[in-house]
Amino acid sequence: MVDILFYVFAAVAIGSAFGVVLARTPVGSLLFMVSTLASVAATYVLLEAHFLAAIQIIVYAGAIMVLFLFVIMLLNLGHEYRRDLKAPLAMIPAFAVVGAMAGFIARVFRATDVGAGMMTEAGRGIDAALLEHGAVGAIAQPLFTDYIVHFEVTGILLLVAIVGALALAKRSV
Amino acid sequence: MELDFSRQLHYVWALLPEIILCVWGMGVLIAGVSGPAHRGEDHAVSEDPAFGTGSGLGWVSLVGLLIAAFFNGWLYTLDEVGRGAVVAVDDFRLFANWIFLGGAALSILISFTYVYRNRLQAGEFFSLILFATAGMMFMAGARDLMLLFLGLEVMSIAVYALTAFNRRDRRGAEAGLKYFLLGAFATGFFLYGIALVYGATGSTNIDTIAAVVSGGRAREGFLTLGIALMTIGFAFKVSAVPFHMWTPDVYEGAPAPVTAFMSVGVKAAAFVAFIRVFLVGFESVSDQWYPVLWWLAAITMVGANLMALSQTNVKRMLAYSSVAHAGYLLVAVAAGNETAAAGMLFYLLVYTVMNVGAFAVVIGVAHQGEERLQIEDYSGFGRKRPELAVFLTIFLLSLAGFPGTGGFMGKIYLLQGAAESNLWYLATILVLTTVASYYYYLRVAWYMWMRETTSEDQHDLVVTPLPMKAALIIAVAVVLYLGIFPSSMMEFARAGVEGLGALGGGLLGVHP
Repeated sequence: MVDILFYVFAAVAIGSAFGVVLARTPVGSLLFMVSTLASVAATYVLLEAHFLAAIQIIVYAGAIMVLFLFVIMLLNLGHEYRRDLKAPLAMIPAFAVVGAMAGFIARVFRATDVGAGMMTEAGRGIDAALLEHGAVGAIAQPLFTDYIVHFEVTGILLLVAIVGALALAKRSV
Repeated sequence: MELDFSRQLHYVWALLPEIILCVWGMGVLIAGVSGPAHRGEDHAVSEDPAFGTGSGLGWVSLVGLLIAAFFNGWLYTLDEVGRGAVVAVDDFRLFANWIFLGGAALSILISFTYVYRNRLQAGEFFSLILFATAGMMFMAGARDLMLLFLGLEVMSIAVYALTAFNRRDRRGAEAGLKYFLLGAFATGFFLYGIALVYGATGSTNIDTIAAVVSGGRAREGFLTLGIALMTIGFAFKVSAVPFHMWTPDVYEGAPAPVTAFMSVGVKAAAFVAFIRVFLVGFESVSDQWYPVLWWLAAITMVGANLMALSQTNVKRMLAYSSVAHAGYLLVAVAAGNETAAAGMLFYLLVYTVMNVGAFAVVIGVAHQGEERLQIEDYSGFGRKRPELAVFLTIFLLSLAGFPGTGGFMGKIYLLQGAAESNLWYLATILVLTTVASYYYYLRVAWYMWMRETTSEDQHDLVVTPLPMKAALIIAVAVVLYLGIFPSSMMEFARAGVEGLGALGGGLLGVHP
């Protein structure tokens, strides 16, 4: 059952990812993107990472994509655009590279039999943390202890991004 | 004091210079918003640009850098226990921090009048420089790939914004957008590389990665692909040749003080992180990445120097020169021994002072703006303003690697490092391309000293305010001092590299 669901969601994710690139209008790309993110969230659920799945839906598929949609509509970019001549030619090597990488990764997975050996030390550690702290606590605990520096630097990063965006975009100079 | 990272408080001590810079940046930001310029007063009034409105924030930022430098010195008294922490407190990081702080301080010194003349928003400008410097310091201190990535992004995003900072300049906007899009693309590669390395080794900690990789427990294919993608990310940041396309346009379009800051700071930070990740983390699989770096270094040196030969815009010429210097420094990464790594630190230091110095004179000649950047604009400069022309000549000779300057000693140390790893072809290419580079550096000097001025008043408006004079004198003093007495600084750099890879197992200086 889980296997079948996984393949369904994986197929939807990959199909929508193609849709993002191939869609004719920006809004179309955007909706395909939402679909990709939602099906990735579904695979997170299958991996029992419920908190991550919820965050994926709320933050990515919800907040960020809606913002994208607003921007596209406000800038009136929703209509179909004429492709430039280079695009179809550039797509062939791009897809070739992505395909080669996907094939390479699949081969490595097959060769090392990751499906069975995935329960490494890291995996067992995550299971133990999930049992002890629950889905949210298992993320919060390391976030505010081992990764506290990362967390704070992320705050600085967001501040810098806001300052930069405002300095470049505010109305009066 | 001993640092024990099981206690969170000790991260505060280990990151004190970075924290001070970030807090100071926020303070400058708030001071900039509440300053007189934002209360609707006319700030085009004529006053000394070195001490007038807005420049106060520049001096405040310099004080912040000074305090951060003080605590960077204080960090030498701390000892870390074990190497499991995400932040390294080793001499390597502290030496790199000196380079970033010095580069930022010199860049701020040369930007006072530029900010004033072009009516840039001083608060945001100086605080973004401080944040970018903090990002560089996070990169140098990161012993964890995620923290390295965050530092890289803090630095990059601040620099993207600074590139497009002059909103009245169309080329600045174009350069900023180009840099941002290509930079985001390269960041994607870098991040995917980190993810694959994590998939291969099960850790993002560089020392753990080193242990897993040298123990042969890493998944081979993932590791190779991860290293390849991370190489692309780094090569973009240091602007090595197939990934250098953005460099000339961005360096030309960005405000000149930002170009100076970017060419020294971003490059130094990327190289320092490059060394730590590749020579510590991936040391035992160096046969996988060493040939790639060999070719990158060779193509970068040859290509950049060839393209620089035909440039007539001085800023663009310095951009290609900066790409060429990335090639020289890649020789050190490819050589991968202790001498080469120490030589790289030494070279980064010299490069920082001489490049900012050269840009200072360029800004002066360009009337503190973006007006006169063609090589013809320098004709007869030596007779009108001999002191500035002498300074620029010294910086250009140092960039070219003329004996008696710091640039020469830096190249000698790089060659020494290459020789210790028997990289004779790379060493030969380095010497030959250096000889070629004399042409485009000395052409500027030739215009300054041998050509007549095109009009009588050509250089009358060249102003060098007090802070810029200070930066020039400091830069010249350091370049000449390091050229004549390099050994003490080289010992210092060598001390910074020693022990860098001590725990990963042997390390530094094993391959061919």
